[in-house]
Amino acid sequence: MTARRRRPWLEAAAFVALALGPPGCAERPTLVAAASDLAFALDEIAVAFERHEGHRVAITYGSSGTLTRQIQDGAPFEVFLSADEAFVERLVEADLTRDGGTLYAVGRIVLFVPTGSPLSADEGFDGLHRLLAAGGVQRFAIANPEHAPYGRAAEEALRRHGLWETLRPALVLGENVSQAAQFATTGNAVGGIIAYSLALAPALSGRGSFALIDEADHAPLRQRMVRLARAGPVADRFYAYLQEPAARATLTRYGFVLPD
Amino acid sequence: MDLEALQVSVRLALATLAVLLPLGLLAGHALAVREFRGKALVESLAALPLVLPPTVLGFYLLAGFGARSPLGTAFEAVMGHSLAFSFPGLLLASVIVNVPFVLQPIQRAFESVPRDVREAAACCGLTPLQAFVQVEAPLAWPGILTAAVLTFAHTLGEFGVVLMVGGSIPGETRTLSIAIYDRVQAFDDRSAGIMAASLLAIAVATLTLTTMLGRRVEPDRG
Repeated sequence: MTARRRRPWLEAAAFVALALGPPGCAERPTLVAAASDLAFALDEIAVAFERHEGHRVAITYGSSGTLTRQIQDGAPFEVFLSADEAFVERLVEADLTRDGGTLYAVGRIVLFVPTGSPLSADEGFDGLHRLLAAGGVQRFAIANPEHAPYGRAAEEALRRHGLWETLRPALVLGENVSQAAQFATTGNAVGGIIAYSLALAPALSGRGSFALIDEADHAPLRQRMVRLARAGPVADRFYAYLQEPAARATLTRYGFVLPD
Repeated sequence: MDLEALQVSVRLALATLAVLLPLGLLAGHALAVREFRGKALVESLAALPLVLPPTVLGFYLLAGFGARSPLGTAFEAVMGHSLAFSFPGLLLASVIVNVPFVLQPIQRAFESVPRDVREAAACCGLTPLQAFVQVEAPLAWPGILTAAVLTFAHTLGEFGVVLMVGGSIPGETRTLSIAIYDRVQAFDDRSAGIMAASLLAIAVATLTLTTMLGRRVEPDRG
């Protein structure tokens, strides 16, 4: 018990000591910007790519809207994986990309309910209807629909089921879908609508249950990726690798529907 | 565990100090000993980052040196990369945000140097520079140290402005506070906890060091 408690501090001390040393002069990694719904799937793919090709990719996750804005303002990313192709089209129009990019996946959303929540997870939102009527919904998490595609899909599904207006005062908005998942899975909200790919991640298993939401309840989350103007040769290879069977298999495992 | 992020944070804090401390000494001294028209306005402008929300600062900084601004375009033409979302851009933002943290303690410290001490130094034939180096700066030393420590600690912990103009690029603009935010969102509470503990340890160590140094300086003043 005591030893276990002391270890994080030892690690922290080692961390500080190491970090104060001279900065390493390793090869600069290829910079990739990616939508938060990819957080776990793309990490796996990047590890496989690094093992396979011997090059480092550094991934920055965020909402597709925030990342698009950063790219327009000059952020030095080489590849961008958006959760919504409209953002890629915007960059194409601004002449910041190599080409029109590739559709790499179609995303799905789930209703996630943390362990111990009074809510029950069902596809038709019956549980949410009932709990709302009983006044039992204090907080419900979704990503911000203004700039996060998964938030927009969540809003559409809630509207489709006539829940949006009543649920609105209880909504907590994540800056991106990962943060919404953070809110929804830690018991700070009775539940939330998050990406299927996050709900399937090992880090979330055991934190609650979920129900896949009908695809017909929202516009399809057509996810497009693109090489940006400054993409180098490693970026080219990573972009190609994402379309190879190994990477596609990982995306399928995380619940993405793949284009042909 | 994000060692790179700690390196970026420490590098940013040291670079901010290196830029701001000399400027702060000059400006803080001038504000302490001189009276001029518009002094109140200058003082309020210098204190502005204390009360402005980081998002407001971040917004103006992006507008001011983003890729679509004149400064951003000029920088990109010379350096080949953008100023926003780069370490130099982060440093520029950090310098602006930290002005009050370095200026105010230094100004207060020079103000507390009695007027007759300065006059005596002048009477002894010391040039203003000699008086500054040999008499005033040693007396104002605790305030200068406070300014340095506050700026260092504040830069290490700065979050909002870095989030807006930094873009969380590993090794370049992902500071420790941003890395903690990213790790929490990746459900990696362990790494976030270790990094948070590191920041806490650095903060406690820096503040303890200042207090100890301050005590050692005190008797000299009496």
